[in-house]
Amino acid sequence: MSDSSVNKANAVNNDADAMSAQGYALSKKEMGFARREIRRHKLLAFSLVVPLLLFLAFAFIAPIGSMLHQGFYNPVVNDLVPETLSTLKEWDGKAQPNDIVLNAMAKDLKRLALTRDSGKFSAEINRYLPGSSSVIKSSARKLKRAEDADLADNGAQLLLAANDAWSKPKIWRSIQQAGNIYTDRNYLTALDLERNQSGEIIVRESAQVYMKLYTKTLKLALIITLLCLLFGYPLAYYLANAPSKKANLLMILVMLPFWTSLLVRTTAWIALLQTNGVINTLLLSVGIISEPLELLYTEFSTIVAMTHILLPFMILPLYSVMKGVDPSYFRAAMSMGARPIGAFIQVYFPATLPGLSAGALLVFIISVGYYITPALVGGTDGQMISNIIAFHMQQSNNWSLAAALGSLLLVLILALYWTYDKFIGASNIKLG
Amino acid sequence: MNKKIILAASAVSFMMLAPFKGFAADSLNVISFGGAYGAAQKEHMLDPYTKKTGNKILFEDYSGGIAEIKAQVTANNIQWDVVDIEVIDLERACSEGLLEVIPRDILAAGDDGTPAKDDFIESALANECGVGNIVWTIVYAYNEKTVGSNLPATMADFFDTKKIPGKRAMRKRPQVNLEWALIADGVARADVYKVLATDEGLARAFAKLDTIKGDIVWFDSWSQVPQLLNDGGAVLAQSANGRIFDAIKKENKPFKMIWDAHVYDLDVWAVVKGSKKKELAFDFISFATGTKPLSGMPDVAYGPTRKSSMKLVDPKVIPDLPTSHLEKGVKADGIFWADYGETLGEKFNEWLLK
Amino acid sequence: MTQLPSYYKFWHKLGHYSLKFGAWSVLFFLILPILVIIPLSFNAEPFFSFTRGMVTLDPDSYSLRWYNNIVTNDNWLLAVKNSFIIGIFSTIIATILGTLAAVGLSSQYMPFKRVIMLIILSPMIVPLIIVAAGMFFFYTKFNLAGSFAGLVIAHSALGIPFVIITITATLSGFDRTLYFAGLSSGASPVRSFVDIVVPIIRPGVISGAMFAFITSFDEVVVVLFLAGPGQRTIPRQMFSGLREQINPTILAVATLLIAISVIFLVTLEVLRQRSNRLRGLEGHN
Repeated sequence: MSDSSVNKANAVNNDADAMSAQGYALSKKEMGFARREIRRHKLLAFSLVVPLLLFLAFAFIAPIGSMLHQGFYNPVVNDLVPETLSTLKEWDGKAQPNDIVLNAMAKDLKRLALTRDSGKFSAEINRYLPGSSSVIKSSARKLKRAEDADLADNGAQLLLAANDAWSKPKIWRSIQQAGNIYTDRNYLTALDLERNQSGEIIVRESAQVYMKLYTKTLKLALIITLLCLLFGYPLAYYLANAPSKKANLLMILVMLPFWTSLLVRTTAWIALLQTNGVINTLLLSVGIISEPLELLYTEFSTIVAMTHILLPFMILPLYSVMKGVDPSYFRAAMSMGARPIGAFIQVYFPATLPGLSAGALLVFIISVGYYITPALVGGTDGQMISNIIAFHMQQSNNWSLAAALGSLLLVLILALYWTYDKFIGASNIKLG
Repeated sequence: MNKKIILAASAVSFMMLAPFKGFAADSLNVISFGGAYGAAQKEHMLDPYTKKTGNKILFEDYSGGIAEIKAQVTANNIQWDVVDIEVIDLERACSEGLLEVIPRDILAAGDDGTPAKDDFIESALANECGVGNIVWTIVYAYNEKTVGSNLPATMADFFDTKKIPGKRAMRKRPQVNLEWALIADGVARADVYKVLATDEGLARAFAKLDTIKGDIVWFDSWSQVPQLLNDGGAVLAQSANGRIFDAIKKENKPFKMIWDAHVYDLDVWAVVKGSKKKELAFDFISFATGTKPLSGMPDVAYGPTRKSSMKLVDPKVIPDLPTSHLEKGVKADGIFWADYGETLGEKFNEWLLK
Repeated sequence: MTQLPSYYKFWHKLGHYSLKFGAWSVLFFLILPILVIIPLSFNAEPFFSFTRGMVTLDPDSYSLRWYNNIVTNDNWLLAVKNSFIIGIFSTIIATILGTLAAVGLSSQYMPFKRVIMLIILSPMIVPLIIVAAGMFFFYTKFNLAGSFAGLVIAHSALGIPFVIITITATLSGFDRTLYFAGLSSGASPVRSFVDIVVPIIRPGVISGAMFAFITSFDEVVVVLFLAGPGQRTIPRQMFSGLREQINPTILAVATLLIAISVIFLVTLEVLRQRSNRLRGLEGHN
């Protein structure tokens, strides 16, 4: 930020200087006028952008902020069983809590069963202690029928009779933890970490799911980027060196997929790759294979379809850079005795690096966060991190974990975006 | 020129919006399972209702489960009004406060005059949040063309990849799959849920599923099954019986159903908690569960839940109804799944990722 | 060109032909999957593959039944209508806000240009799943989930970067002295803006608007999270169709969408050439 204010000051001086350099001798008064004029222009320019910024703040930035917040904030348990939580404060955390706590829980459970909130409660606790959902729900179901007076006198006994798990400290510790309104737990889970009983952060003992998935996502994105490069480079080279009429015509073939709906392209790959699809039928009728290949719903189909979808993003920047590279350098190098390959590696390739890095970074960024195509053609093998976020949003309803996973993905993407901006400039994204 | 374009565009879109608004305002959102079943419901319940009352209905498909309903209720963003829900999920949805309680006095008497509470079969009104719609069942089926020389006959065969090699299509959720695994492993049908409630029983079920894990094709929606069997995507496929029945009867597909250890269940109509059109939703349910609309469900081999509708059913269809095969079946246990659904769902997903 | 030794010529030729072969293979890879859909959408059978009759060009193997399906299906018709409503309104918002901002951003006096650009373009970069999840959390607080307003706002935000990019691109070659010439010849700032700047950015505005429209028209992730049954769009309908019941109706819809993209592509190409002419650039840039 300090950089830009320096630039700003320079810009003011430069402009004034430029005016005086143009042969006007500016008096102090005139300089002041020029500065005011520049400030007015700045204000004008900025005020044109303000409506958009306000709009984006509401429509786009605030939603992302609320996702980050959702990852930390979870008041559900605190709202559902406030009494139990307040009695739990005295608990030493070691043995079975005293009867006051148990009574409060029994009362809370009955109330939850009657208001049909026991499911909400059990779902939350189950995230801390897998398996406890059935304990809580079946207990609530039993306590629902208990008389209030009976509950007040020996709620503790009724609770213990409903399920033995209430005598163990495990479930109570989970309730205590889940009762915290603000928690770093979801972020830890998203990193495959957890807190042990003494509160230290350790590597999660049960399934190591998410880091594996992040690695896999990055691996797939890398493969797709490399494939796009492998396919895109020769085509861009060919187009850049073709006569301009032909190049313009062929460019339309590149732009058509770019403009075609993503779902249309994904549909096309389903039609091509499915068991009875175009490719299998073709191979079968030619006799290359005797049994249909399993192409769809695999990692392979995810890679192929995404490469197809993202290829134009690689070709466009490559093409525009290659158009600017003077082929005579290349020829000159060859005529001076360099082998074509040597000349290519030493002269031509470095000149195309800006386009290459722009395309590669863009393809990589887009593919890391891709959702639709893996969801439709990926089966179980071809799933990426976005798919698990969608899963926690829509299937397991664990929104806080989805938000935490999303936040990590966001950090990754912003780091890549920052790199892109630093080396290529965000406003240089090619749209054809 | 720009201004003209914008003006024209707004004019066009307002023109499009105008009739639409009226449409959206009083239309009832009804969600069900699509495919042949959805078509039967549209023909016998939705279309006659719209014709009779003039109320528009938006009919949507989903693939079951309670996740979407739960998301709407939790976010207080209710989009669905009436949902067709499997009883295996109903108890859980109701006990978690996701559904409205349906007053029984909205139900019409049977066409023969029998009061509603005597006309419905008992389990159709067992849960206060739902009104029974059909009796259906989950069987597995094969395609005669692709199955090979050994024909399957029992649940054990479904898990026997030596006897019948090839892919098995299963619905991607723990319900029914775990029950089947235990039965195939030798657990008596009557004890399935008792065994499944224990840790050892659960381990046993997953161990059995492990033996065919590499051969399973997972699907989300029942409507995918006929295509999977037809394309050779799967040799054996778990299915709602009506889908297979429809493919055999209407499209002459060479499919066969295996009734051994089928898991039968009811589907009910329910109303999502907080629906802005609660009264309209009740009105629709009252109509849809009348004698005449229910008697159309056997078109896709699902049994009606009213005794008075049963009398209207074509006798030729009766052998294909789940109710004719109850002695070989297992009754899906909604209470078990209400208590264990969350836990087992999680275990199941972990197992899938392993 | 200097005379090259003959073995170079051989390698040169080989290189040339393998390049040509490679380039055309990639072109086929790009275009064939899209073309394959078109004949398949006329399949008389409910499959996604070519039947024997189709290969032998038997007219009975072709039919329009899947197109008929679209026209007679209420859900598809509603989806088409919704897609246009949401697309048009979000295009209007994105274009107005985007054009104003782009003009401001191309001023040499614009402060914090780089940071602001980074923020404005971020909707294009942030994964849609994150955007959709965040919007679901945030918009439900304002009762915007499950409403047209919510979707229009969301899609406007997603379309804005495209408007900004296309307009700033048309302005980048713009000779500012023209504007000042207008000013110095006595025209008011507004007058000279309308007379000089507007004609130059018009192609950029139109192509930006087209990008914004197609972005909304093609968007499905946000729709999946925000839309209720009443707001289903074409891509949403396709998504659930592909997930649940694969049926050539989707291919027919896809074919129609391809036709729309061709129209858009041609329009854009014409606009681009005109813009280049206006800015005094020649040919392809």
